[in-house]
Amino acid sequence: MKKEKVVYLDNNATTKVAEEVVCEMQPFFTELYGNPSSMHYFGGRVQEYLDIARLRVANLLGAKPEEIIFTSCGTESDSTAILSAIKANPEKKHIITTSVEHPGVLNVCKYLESSKSYKITYLSVDKEGRINLDELKGAINEHTAIISIMWANNETGVIFPVEEAAKIAASRNILFHTDAVQATGKIPIDLKNSKIDMLSISGHKIHAPKGIGALYIKKGTMFSPFLLGGHQEKGRRAGTENVPYIVGLGMAAELAEKNLKKENSYVKKLRDKLEKGIIKTIENVRVNGGGAERLPNSLNISFEYVEGESILIFLSEKGICASSGSACTSGSLDPSHVLLAMRVPLTFAHGSIRFSFSVYNTEEDVDAVIKELPEIIKKLRVISPFAEGKPLFGEECSVEHKH
Amino acid sequence: MWDYTKKVYEHFKNPKNVGEIENPDAVGEIGNLVCGDALRLTLKIEKETEKILDAKFKTFGCVSAIASSSALTELIKGKTLKEAVKTTNEEIAEYLGGLPPEKMHCSVMGMEALQAAEKDYRGIKVENPANEIKEKIVCKCFNVSESRILKAIESNDIKTVEEVTNYTKAGGGCGKCKGEIENIINGYWAKKEQKKFSSMTVVEKIKYIENVLSEKVNPKLKKDGGWVELVDLDGNNVKVRFMGVCSGCPSSGQTLKNVVEKELREKVDKNLNIQAE
Repeated sequence: MKKEKVVYLDNNATTKVAEEVVCEMQPFFTELYGNPSSMHYFGGRVQEYLDIARLRVANLLGAKPEEIIFTSCGTESDSTAILSAIKANPEKKHIITTSVEHPGVLNVCKYLESSKSYKITYLSVDKEGRINLDELKGAINEHTAIISIMWANNETGVIFPVEEAAKIAASRNILFHTDAVQATGKIPIDLKNSKIDMLSISGHKIHAPKGIGALYIKKGTMFSPFLLGGHQEKGRRAGTENVPYIVGLGMAAELAEKNLKKENSYVKKLRDKLEKGIIKTIENVRVNGGGAERLPNSLNISFEYVEGESILIFLSEKGICASSGSACTSGSLDPSHVLLAMRVPLTFAHGSIRFSFSVYNTEEDVDAVIKELPEIIKKLRVISPFAEGKPLFGEECSVEHKH
Repeated sequence: MWDYTKKVYEHFKNPKNVGEIENPDAVGEIGNLVCGDALRLTLKIEKETEKILDAKFKTFGCVSAIASSSALTELIKGKTLKEAVKTTNEEIAEYLGGLPPEKMHCSVMGMEALQAAEKDYRGIKVENPANEIKEKIVCKCFNVSESRILKAIESNDIKTVEEVTNYTKAGGGCGKCKGEIENIINGYWAKKEQKKFSSMTVVEKIKYIENVLSEKVNPKLKKDGGWVELVDLDGNNVKVRFMGVCSGCPSSGQTLKNVVEKELREKVDKNLNIQAE
């Protein structure tokens, strides 16, 4: 493949692996390839690098190293947390989560709902994508085994009040898990004095490679492992440790800690510039979650009367990578469950584009989008039968569209 | 990423015939915002020959929806309306070098827009199929009726629920109707595989003919207050009796030929001889 200039604005999907991370990992493929469980010096000395990585991840989260276990990804962390919680409370058959979770949590809940006769409460969100803690309080009952609420939404970047939610859970003696895959490295996380019991992170969202994640388990939390087998991770996660990737995640965590300020100044400035630039140059746009507290790197913006996949392909032509909550891009036929839950008007819901930044983005990236996007939207609106206030034929059936 | 052909991208990036004809002779509107794609087709038609002089489209939708609309207009320009309306969704997809299975519904949308435009031209009132109300709706998320599903099964040789979703979107939302779609598929193919008339037993033959008479023939005759009964069957010779006002009606000979014989030959066997008692 030829190397070309990429304007990569899809960092909530995945990120570039940092050079420092690659360097850190290198020796563990060909030189330090021992198994840390081995009795000989060659394997045994690898253990100390796992300890360093664990400490680095713990530092990023304000946790103790022994509270961190390494997993294969954020999804494994989510499954582990929820399934562990219900095993710890076999008599409790109720789970509370939100309607806008990542599939990593949502589909575990749906599975438990359909095949294990669990009752699930899916907390609603308002039109800005925010949850209401009073709704949470009202949903709790004596059967609630776990509450799982994401720290920040992957599509809109809307931040949820998980610290307060965890306090509510703790006051009722209910386990609290948060999927912090998107929040990690973008906003401060300090679990030292927090009531959060379990927290999932993923490596590839913070410039480590794909295929590595971690789960924080507060000391003293009842826990049972998801993967069964060997005694690795003190019996909490079986399977030979993925040493190079764990080392890589450790380095990425250290970088994330260093870059936290930059995320909230430099990256936020880029995001805000793009947001303002688009609003200034294109009519009939809507920032989804714009009225809520958001991650500094995320912008979810909808263009009325045009469809997301079409926008993405034209952007892609210009070397600009973003993503869409449109139905057509995912292969599903409905627009994003997050935007539907927010009751984003249907004239906007299909035309949503998510731009997500990292510290590696530059001002030129923003300028490229502001230069190309207005033409693209204009072109698609010329093709659209609905633009310029034309009547919305077939509108009648848009009244009922709930699943 | 979708595996679109070069031709799909060509028609997406530089679509042909975008726009709206002023004072069109026919308009076809299909789809809506809920479904995520919608198409407005306008045609200019020569009165005497019914030749499509010009076709333009406006489409809200993804890459394949725009490309399918562009392909449709290219395919039908210059044809007579009668010829054009035979265009199948397969032909639209073929013209584009194929579409991913999940995107076949985009080509169906093209075909339906054209059919709607034809009806509009002929003054037949059209319901946007996405808005069917009277018909039995199978998929409530996308408002897909049973007849639309059957049509897709028939014209595309569909055997699975997944294919039905790809072609019509039915079952692609909450998925609650998947069982019902499966029943429709099974029912269709069971019917299709019914034994050929000639190899049926006599009782099967009689039942089959009686079924066609009551389902297809008598509903037409009953509008005028009459009906027919099966009297006898001998080989390919079918004897019927006119009842109600048909009995003794001077034009019952015409009815026998144009309705009874036509339906029975079409639905049962083309070699049947029909006589009235």
